[in-house]
Amino acid sequence: MLATAIIVFREVIEAALVISIVMAASRGVAARGWWIWSGVGGGIVGALVVAAFADTLAEAASGIGQDLFNAVVLFTAVAMLGWHNIWMQRHGRELALEMTRVGKAVLSGDRPLYALAIVVGLAMLREGSEVVLFLYGIASAGENQTGSMLAGGMVGISLGTTAGLAMYYGLLRIPTRYLFKVTSWLILFLAAGLASQGAAYLVQADLLPPLGREVWNTSNWLSEDSLIGQVLHTLVGYVARPDGVQILFYLATLAIIAGLMRVFGDRPAQPAGH
Amino acid sequence: MQNRTYSGRLIALSMLLMVGGSVSAAETYTLVIREHRFEPAELELPAGQKIKLIVKNEDPTPEEFESHSLKREKIIPGKSQATVSIGPLDPGTYDFFGEFHEESAKGRIVAK
Repeated sequence: MLATAIIVFREVIEAALVISIVMAASRGVAARGWWIWSGVGGGIVGALVVAAFADTLAEAASGIGQDLFNAVVLFTAVAMLGWHNIWMQRHGRELALEMTRVGKAVLSGDRPLYALAIVVGLAMLREGSEVVLFLYGIASAGENQTGSMLAGGMVGISLGTTAGLAMYYGLLRIPTRYLFKVTSWLILFLAAGLASQGAAYLVQADLLPPLGREVWNTSNWLSEDSLIGQVLHTLVGYVARPDGVQILFYLATLAIIAGLMRVFGDRPAQPAGH
Repeated sequence: MQNRTYSGRLIALSMLLMVGGSVSAAETYTLVIREHRFEPAELELPAGQKIKLIVKNEDPTPEEFESHSLKREKIIPGKSQATVSIGPLDPGTYDFFGEFHEESAKGRIVAK
């Protein structure tokens, strides 16, 4: 049961942290609940579909279908996070002012919430499909421990969700003036970490050269399997044994998104009320 | 604009072809998962070259092929197979395991 709980927790915490950051970044926006929950719902449906066709996906493209799929999902999430950050750089200041002025009242809903909904959906899709596959495997094995293992799965899901909630309410304690600045930074590093994960999938599929294996190895110092390692892996893309190409993708993503934020953020933004 | 996307596609296509070439150059080895165990539990591979490892899961339940030292992690659904590219490896021993049945699914690759 404990082993099951840990495996499920590892998958769930990643999605939960992503969702909590996205929720904090969209705090106070009209109709964000609708968008975020459609992302979650769409992600769950998608996860079930992916799990149902997992064997087809695994065998597709001569056995690298799953890696391609994961890479596409990750890079799409990176693009959406980047787009959201660039948009926020232009409009964030007015939003923060407006929020401070009107308190928790409704903000103009023209933010690219679909981008955040897609990010949420993709996180659910990727991690959820692995959880579904794993739990389905347990349930269908029909061994006498099935009940306790499924209970372990539920424990893992609840613990992961709790971690996400803790992160969310922690972020909400940040004063409104700084909140969007903090979430922008979090999203920037989240995007870079996801890009480096995407690169790792393409190396595994032999579609990208590793450009140096195991550039460093800090797994004795901080294992990616440990709780802190796992959290840092999600939040800032910590990798204990990175390939060179992962570092390249990480830094390039940081540079491209930060560069575009600077270019577009410097232009005078449209007035808030229109 | 039209031209640019077209040439972009051509570049992407030629990159894919180059990549395709390098994939077919790799030698293929097979690892079978049966009753939550790897067969063979010890796989000897040539060092210094790319290897295409086909992991075939004969169990009805999914397994996750994982190796920290090879830096590979891939779900193999029940009754199916998938490809993991590894190498070129330095001579040595590389442990791997099945994350979903860690007690029984253990093995290692010996690169020589």
